[in-house]
Amino acid sequence: MNWIAWFYFPARLAWRQLVFDRTKLIAATSGVLFACVLVFMQLGFKDSLYASAASAPVKLSGDLFLMHKQSEALWRPVKFKRSELMRALGNPAVTDVYPLYLGLAPFKNIETQVKRTLMVYGFDPDSQIFNVEGIKNKRIELQLKDTVLFDEYSRPEFGPIRQLLDAGRNKTEINDYKITLIGTFRLGVSFAADGNVATSDLNFMRIFPNRNHSDIDLGVIKLRPGVSVTQTQFELRNQLNEFINIFTYEELLQHEMDYWANMAPIGFIFGFGTIMGLVVGLVIVYQILFTDIANLRNEFATLKAMGYEHGYFIRVVFASAFFLAVFGFIPGYALSIGLYQLAESQIFMPMPMTFSKVVTVFMFILSMCALAGFLAIRKLRVANPADMF
Amino acid sequence: MSIAIEVDRLNFSFGRGVLTQSVLKNVTISIHQGEIVLITGPSGSGKTTFLTIIGGLRQAFYGSVIVLDQQLINSNEQTKIKVRQQIGYIFQQHNLLKSLTALQNVSMTLEMHNAMTERQRLDRATEMLEAVGLGNRLDYKPEQLSSGQRQRVSIARALVGQPKIVLADEPTASLDKQSGYEAVSILKRLAKESQTTILLVTHDYRILDIADRVVELEDGIIKNS
Repeated sequence: MNWIAWFYFPARLAWRQLVFDRTKLIAATSGVLFACVLVFMQLGFKDSLYASAASAPVKLSGDLFLMHKQSEALWRPVKFKRSELMRALGNPAVTDVYPLYLGLAPFKNIETQVKRTLMVYGFDPDSQIFNVEGIKNKRIELQLKDTVLFDEYSRPEFGPIRQLLDAGRNKTEINDYKITLIGTFRLGVSFAADGNVATSDLNFMRIFPNRNHSDIDLGVIKLRPGVSVTQTQFELRNQLNEFINIFTYEELLQHEMDYWANMAPIGFIFGFGTIMGLVVGLVIVYQILFTDIANLRNEFATLKAMGYEHGYFIRVVFASAFFLAVFGFIPGYALSIGLYQLAESQIFMPMPMTFSKVVTVFMFILSMCALAGFLAIRKLRVANPADMF
Repeated sequence: MSIAIEVDRLNFSFGRGVLTQSVLKNVTISIHQGEIVLITGPSGSGKTTFLTIIGGLRQAFYGSVIVLDQQLINSNEQTKIKVRQQIGYIFQQHNLLKSLTALQNVSMTLEMHNAMTERQRLDRATEMLEAVGLGNRLDYKPEQLSSGQRQRVSIARALVGQPKIVLADEPTASLDKQSGYEAVSILKRLAKESQTTILLVTHDYRILDIADRVVELEDGIIKNS
């Protein structure tokens, strides 16, 4: 018996039985479609969350980063002494160190006057620690008093800043302190903050009168070209205070991701949502297959009496499960693309439909259907020709 | 003439312990290749049970049942499947697959034999359906056919694989006199052409005349006729 026939015939029978009953097929397909969309959305939100959580650190340019060990994530830092950062200069491999100041503050919408909290980044404009065009271009202007750059990717609730700037309306308040917007840059929002502004360290102290230069949130270290980053990281670990974390660029990103995945319940929530989606789909597909076998037991028993082997029916069930997976996945995928675009336009977070996500979800759906098939084949035992005739 | 079915002192019972109910008692019968044998008897006499044992659908433990040189007493699944594949089974109800057309239903028998191409299978199934007078109903689903036509499709399905033996369990039970007689006549004609053995269980006395031999079963015992 060749393998094409081995799979083709049972698959063809499964196909014919599926398309025979359209109502049932639509019901089963909707079940898979539902699970598919649910999983796509959960994974989409999760990935989007991770991507946006790291949107600020991704754009940082430096070799090593100092953070207080008690800092859970960049958006809620524990301050440490600037002198600690300065001590790193004692290492011959270190060329420059720059402090980064972070603070959440209400920003007054220029049009509506409504205040909404955003993240304020304060740093030496000459330091070039942000690898962002809009910031680099304005480093001279940023050195002026009370000048601020606004993140274009901030949520629209802050107002159409770009158009307002073009119209010459550039005065507003952050933390009840009057500032002038001198341009925009592109960074991206996260679950922690709905918007971002960048300003000089001096302006930062003006916006936050309670802050001072000697308490910093993040230290950015630049090394001489060609020196080993890990070697310097090791040396600094011995030289600096033990309560300081010294991260490489990758470790900093990982630290941010881990926070959202583990510390914050959000990673768990979306993981849970994914599993629930699959469980619902599993139950629906199982029910369909199970009922199908029960309804068709007479036909299966007939085929058994004609000499078909048990394995043939197992292949029929798995082929049905496979077709349902494909039938449900295709419209589920199409619908999800639309929903991703809708979500992007509504929550202003990146929701890319990556190829790997498509493959992942399809594999999930396929495994789900295969498991449903696996559970349903136990029902095949009722198709015993001796009991039927 | 070779022997197709050889049954020697077959005993079979349902249940166990005090609930044991003996169904077949010391059944002994030989059926030659090409013979048409009718088994009659009242309901509950064990006719269908006897047929399912011969057909390799039910496992028996005592006595001897040799079908096409295979011992079916205490046989394994593989032996039974091998026997089933060489037997054409006609059921009381037509038992056609309702999602398949008449042609596809008949082809199902041939799909087990991989020597044929799809074209050959369909041609063969078409010929068979023409032989039972349904050449113009090839693409009809079972629900679009009358009960007599369905039973003729099921006859075609049983015969298309050119089986050595055809087992029929009350094939006329759900048919009126006219179509019932038509169905068994077709069965007889085709069987005689290809020297097929037919074992037919019935209590329809209208069709007794097609048989070479009539055996009466009562309370699990073959009455000498």
